[in-house]
Formats: sequence, C-alpha cells, structure tokens
Amino acid sequence: MDLNFTPEEQAFREEVRAFVHQGLPPEIRRKVLNGVPISRDDHIAWHRILGAHGWGAPSWPTNFGGTGWDPVREYIFEEESASSGAPRLLPFGLRMVGPVIMTFGDVAQQQRFLPRIASAEDWWCQGYSEPGSGSDLASLKTSAIREGNEYVVNGQKTWITLAQHADWIFCLVRTDPRVKAQAGISFLLIDMKSPGITVRPIITMDGGHEVNEVWFEDVRVPIENLVGEENSGWTYAKFLLGHERTNIAGVGGSKRELQRLKNIAASERKHGKPLLEDPWFGARVAQVEIELMALEITSLRVVSADAARKAPGPEASLLKIKGTEIQQALSELMMQAVGPYALPLQDEGEAAGPAYAPQLAATYCNFRKTSIYGGSNEIQKNIISQWLLRL
Amino acid sequence: MDFNLTKEQEQLSDTVQKFVARQYPFESRKAILKSKDGWSREIWAGLAELGLLGLQVPEEHGGIGAGAIETLLTMTAFGRGLLVEPFLPSAILSTVLIRELGSSTQQENHLPKMAAGELIAVPAHGEPTARYELAHVSTSASRDGDGYVLTGEKSVVLHAPSADLLLVSARTSGSIDSEAGISLFLVPRDREGVTLRAYPTLDGQRAAEVRLEEVKVSRDALLGPEGEAFSALAAAFDVGIAALCAEATGALQASLDATIEYAKTRKQFGQPIGKFQALQHRMADMLMHVEQARSMSYLAAVRCTETNAKVRGKSLSAAKVLIGQACRFVGQQAVQLHGGMGMTDELMISHHFRRLTAIELTLGDTEHHLEKFMRSEGL
Ligand SMILES: Cc1cc2nc3c(=O)[nH]c(=O)nc-3n(C[C@H](O)[C@H](O)[C@H](O)COP(=O)(O)OP(=O)(O)OC[C@H]3O[C@@H](n4cnc5c(N)ncnc54)[C@H](O)[C@@H]3O)c2cc1C
Repeated sequence: MDLNFTPEEQAFREEVRAFVHQGLPPEIRRKVLNGVPISRDDHIAWHRILGAHGWGAPSWPTNFGGTGWDPVREYIFEEESASSGAPRLLPFGLRMVGPVIMTFGDVAQQQRFLPRIASAEDWWCQGYSEPGSGSDLASLKTSAIREGNEYVVNGQKTWITLAQHADWIFCLVRTDPRVKAQAGISFLLIDMKSPGITVRPIITMDGGHEVNEVWFEDVRVPIENLVGEENSGWTYAKFLLGHERTNIAGVGGSKRELQRLKNIAASERKHGKPLLEDPWFGARVAQVEIELMALEITSLRVVSADAARKAPGPEASLLKIKGTEIQQALSELMMQAVGPYALPLQDEGEAAGPAYAPQLAATYCNFRKTSIYGGSNEIQKNIISQWLLRL
Repeated sequence: MDFNLTKEQEQLSDTVQKFVARQYPFESRKAILKSKDGWSREIWAGLAELGLLGLQVPEEHGGIGAGAIETLLTMTAFGRGLLVEPFLPSAILSTVLIRELGSSTQQENHLPKMAAGELIAVPAHGEPTARYELAHVSTSASRDGDGYVLTGEKSVVLHAPSADLLLVSARTSGSIDSEAGISLFLVPRDREGVTLRAYPTLDGQRAAEVRLEEVKVSRDALLGPEGEAFSALAAAFDVGIAALCAEATGALQASLDATIEYAKTRKQFGQPIGKFQALQHRMADMLMHVEQARSMSYLAAVRCTETNAKVRGKSLSAAKVLIGQACRFVGQQAVQLHGGMGMTDELMISHHFRRLTAIELTLGDTEHHLEKFMRSEGL
C-alpha cells in the first residue's frame, strides 16, 4: 500500500497547476475563489481554453477526443483545477450524455455530438425529473410517440439545471406505456430550438435562477436522435447515474472551500483573537477537515476500483452522501464565521462588512440542494442498504 | 407549577393567531416583501389597534403593561406567519430600553407614540468588529458644551431604514470591551451626520449599516445615567432573546406541520412519502426538537424578567442554544423532506427556513450562547 502519488503523477499535478495559472482568466479565478456565481460565458470561456489545449474532455478516452487520463490523473486534474480557482466543468455533456453516447450511441451520433461537447460548442442539460417523478424517476410520464421518422414528445420536465442556456437536452421519455415502468423508457436527444419547447424559470430561495421547467408540446424529434434501443433508456440512465455520483463527491472543490473557510476564520476576530484559533470554532473546522481527509482516500479507493472495473458501483452513493454533507458543513461554517454579517443579502461590490461576507448565506441556502439532487441522500442510503448491506 | 394560561391570555393568543391567519396569508406577505419599505404600515396599524405594540408599555403611557407570557404568545403567532414588521427592535427592545432607562419626560414623549404605532425606534448597537459581544462598543460620545458628539459605525441595524429614532450605544468612558462606560442616546434617524446604507436581509427583513459622523445631540438625548447603560442593554436583549425564542417556536411548529402535510400528500413509488420509515423517524426527531424548543421558550419567557442578571442570562443562553439547534435541524430537514420543492422561493417552507436560519444568527448564535452558558457561574 502506498498513499502517495507517484513521481509521474506529481509531475502531472505540476503541469496542471502551471497550465491553470497561466491559462485561467483572472476575473474567473477571482469569482471562483470568492464563491461568486459563474456566468454562462465564464463556463464556456474556460472550457474552450482547455479545449484549445487538448484538455476539453478530461474524462474521455482518446478515440473520442478525450485526454485518455486514468481516473487518478482525472482526479488530480479536478483537484488542481479547483484549488487554482477554475470553474468545475459542467457535467451534463462531459459526464452524463457523453459517456452514454460513447457507450450506447451509434457512430453517426458519436461523430455528430461528441466533438461539440469537448469543444464547448453545445451546452447540454439533463431532462429526467418531472413534477410527479423525482426520486421515483421510473414513473415518468413525458411521452414520445413514434410517427413515421419522428417521435412526437409531450410532457413536462422540471428542475432542469441551466436549461436557459442549453442547446440540447437529453431526456428520458416514455415510449411504451403498457409495460412495467422501467421497461418502457427511452433516451432521446432533443434540440432545445425545436418548436413546442418552452423554458420557464424556477427561482430558488437564494434568489438565483439555476433551475427551470421545460415543457414539451408536440415537439418533433427525428428518430436518429434516439440513443441505443427503444425502451432501453432505463439501463442507460442507471449507467449514467453512477458517473454523476462519482463526480458529485467534489473533493477538490471542498478542499478549496475549506481553505476559503480558514482564510475567513483567520480574518474574523472573536475575543480579540482570530476566530480560527477559537477552540469552539476551530474544532468544528478541524472536524470537517478530518472528514474530508477520509473522503479523499475513500474516493481514491473507489476511483481505483473503477479503473479496473470501468463502471462505478453502489459505492458511489457513499461518496455522494459524504461529499454533499461536507459541502453543506463548509457552507454553514463560512456563514457562521462572519457572525451578524451573514444576514445582509447583497450583491458583490456593495458589501456591508468584510468583502467576503456577501453571498455566504445565499450559498448556504443554495447548498441545501446538494442533498436533494443527483438522487437524494435518502435514496442513496436506500441504494447502500440494498446493494452494499444486501438487506 | 402551572402551565395553564389565564382566560385573558388565551383570548389574546386566539386574537393574534386569527389576525395573522387573516391579515398575513403567504400571498399578502409576498407583496409586502416586494413593497418599497419591505413591511406594511397597515399591518403595523392593525398591531397597534390590537394593543400589541403596547404590550411592553406601562398603562400610564398608553400601553397594556402586559407580561412576558403575552409577548410569548404574540411572538409565537408571528413566527408562524413570518411577520416582517419591526416588532422586535421597536415594540420590544427599544420599548423596554426607554421604559427602563428613560426619564419620565422621555417616556411620556415616546412610549405613547410607540404604542400607537406612530413612532418606530430601533436600537443601533452592534458594530463591525463586535461579533456578538454586547459590551464591545467603540462608537464614541464626547462631551460638547451641554451635549454630546457621537462618532462611529453601527452594523446590521435591523429596520433602521424605517426608524424614526435610533437608540445609539456609545462609549463615554472605558476601554472598547468594558461594560462600564457605555451610554445610550436617542438620535433621530434624520439627524445631520447620520447616514444609512440599507439592504434586505437573508430572511426578507430590512436593515442598514449606520454611520455616525460627529452627530451632535443635546444632553436630554441621553437615555439613563451616563456610562451605565450596559445592564439595561443586557436585560432588554434578554427580553429580546425570549421573544425570538417564542417566534422560533411558532416558525418551527409551522415548518413541522407543513412537512407532515407534504409527506402525507406527496406520492413517490406509489405511496405517500410519509409511509417511508426513514422519513417517519426524521419527522419524529423534528417533533422532539420542536417540543424541547417550546419548553425552552417558556423558560425564556418566565426568566427574562428575572432581576438576578446571572440567573437570567444563564437561562436565556440555554434557551437560545437549544432553540438555535432546533432551528438548524428542523429548518434543514423541512427543506430536505420537501425535495426540490423545498428549494423554491415559491413555497413558504423556504421562507421559514430562512427565518429560522436568521434567528439562529440574531442576538448571539448558538456557539456564543453555549460558551456564555458554560462560563456563567452555577445556579
Ligand atoms: C438545484 C437542483 C437542481 C436539479 N437539477 C436537475 C437536472 O438538471 N435534471 C434533472 O432531471 N433533475 C434535476 N433535479 C431534480 C432532482 O433530481 C430531484 O429533485 C430529486 O430527484 C428529488 O426528487 P423530488 O424533488 O421530486 O423529491 P421527492 O422524490 O418528492 O422526495 C421528497 C423527499 O422524500 C424522500 N424520499 C423519496 N422517496 C423515498 C424513499 N423511498 N425512501 C426514503 N425517502 C424518500 C426524498 O429523499 C426527499 O427527502 C435538480 C434538483 C435541484 C434541487
């Protein structure tokens, strides 16, 4: 057993660090390091800079235009990017629909869609959830009825992250209402410019516009946009959920946020001393740091197992739960660190109190989502009970 | 031991609950939040009419001179409806301070108007580096002829933008953290040298950073004896903590009720999610938090008028700790059990969550009071 990275991996880390320091626009870096929300253009700009360097698809094999990195390198890349202030690459194209198209799509789909994901030309969003189908996703009702060379899609998706920017949406739709719920679902790729699609914003409690309702009214989708086989969508969706969950552990991002928390707590004063040195507060920071140390090793263990087996198993649920608990704990401690200055809700720039204080409470509120989305933490525990505990 | 309410108290509780239910439905509250001032003068007038603004005002000054239990009942009802009017800073904190410290002229000049809803006064006490330390005051008040000149910064002054009068704490002597040497001054908000930077807060209230630049006030602006305001401030803030605890109890119960209701109606996997035992146990935990919080809100109400400052302070800190933890657990779980719906601005549950979060951070957070409790001498 060796818990250290090899010299080659260390060298790779240096390479990533050097590239991010030189390539990342300072304004984007400043936003990320200060917890300021990232705009659509920021996301695209950074992804294109990476693309130009050949790093547009860090998790993909080389034959699809990816970097061909092993999971450990991919992990190092994420961690270094996060700590250097780079935005996290959005998962919808790279981590979700990309691997599905690679694994189950036909060659035409692969050639048409994959390069445009790696080069950030297409923005994808994930159309799974519906008002009546959240945790019980298989009960989804959005229907796709075959008419000649087209599917006609009707229904409503909801909670769709950043659909307002999306060029494409990948959807789970019902193609056979007569069979068992899981058996009648298909995986469709839909152009967001198609007539009959309406996107309506949902405003979350932090005031942000991050999620949307997406309505489909007689939307015509060419049959060549069906991935794999009709009525096999559920299999592909399960495959994809594993990918989503590994990513969700977010160790790199949490390490960066831990550093931000420490910086804030070092600036704040309690009884005339830095808050970070206060035994009450300091112990709580230490507690989260220790959890994060453990999670890093746990997630590397899962990642290494994946390297041998290739598809993330139910262990991913553990990473999702722990990862999000840590993210939430960090956001909570940051909010509490600034004391009464957590209360003002304001935009950057017109800050009351220290420059790092605005946004902290909003982020705390926003991060309640992490234990709800991507399969709620209760559902993850059900998965652990069923597949790891075998109860 | 007697947990029963008097007939009058029951009536009051009933009246306030009905008022909130009728006048403050969620949709009306939304409109109020969006309005220019962020709260409603109409509601304020309604509260005055019910005598609630005079709960803490003695009868001879036009109030009803009621006790802590009436405040408990009122605030619990407000917590359910999430009132955003300046009740806590004006009708509780400032009213208590003027009542306890004011000369008879000062009382006569302000309390009747406050009870009638015609004057809003808020304490401007917290400072940028004070965190939650009550004695940390660096704003200075120096003698100037027959009056004083005030200079300093006050932070997160709740409802300052709507206040007619600020109760400014300033140091007439002593070092920055010393209890001795703190004085209180009645300063009209539009007095020359007073500037405000206003903003909304996390929970939809309004507040401001208040800057005092060589603000001249006359001698009769001094509230209470010079340099001796600390103990009255501590006493008033303890009454405020009791009120906050009561408000929290109302908001906690409302959050639990809404969650139970949602769990009964929301169906996934062919059954109401309330049938899942994992969620049943979570709601059972929520209920235990709510009941423990309610008990502590009673203790806080009964002890907040205790004259022995140590006994009072320790009980109030205990209440704030337990209720802060309840706010955190119940608030977070209420959102969690609502799934995506819990995240939306559209549902009341996220507003309750935000208010519960803010309550934990107001008048000393959980950690502050845990430490204060631990350091206070045994009872
Ligand atoms: C910010 C955000 C972004 C999102 N982005 C996307 C997106 O881009 N694309 C997309 O398709 N979806 C997205 N979602 C939707 C997300 O996946 C769902 O919210 C999630 O699956 C939960 O479904 P629900 O909201 O309907 O809650 P419900 O399923 O109604 O759950 C309510 C509560 O019941 C619990 N529960 C349900 N079933 C069980 C059970 N069997 N045992 C124990 N507890 C249970 C849940 O854990 C939860 O606490 C997003 C959600 C949020 C909040």
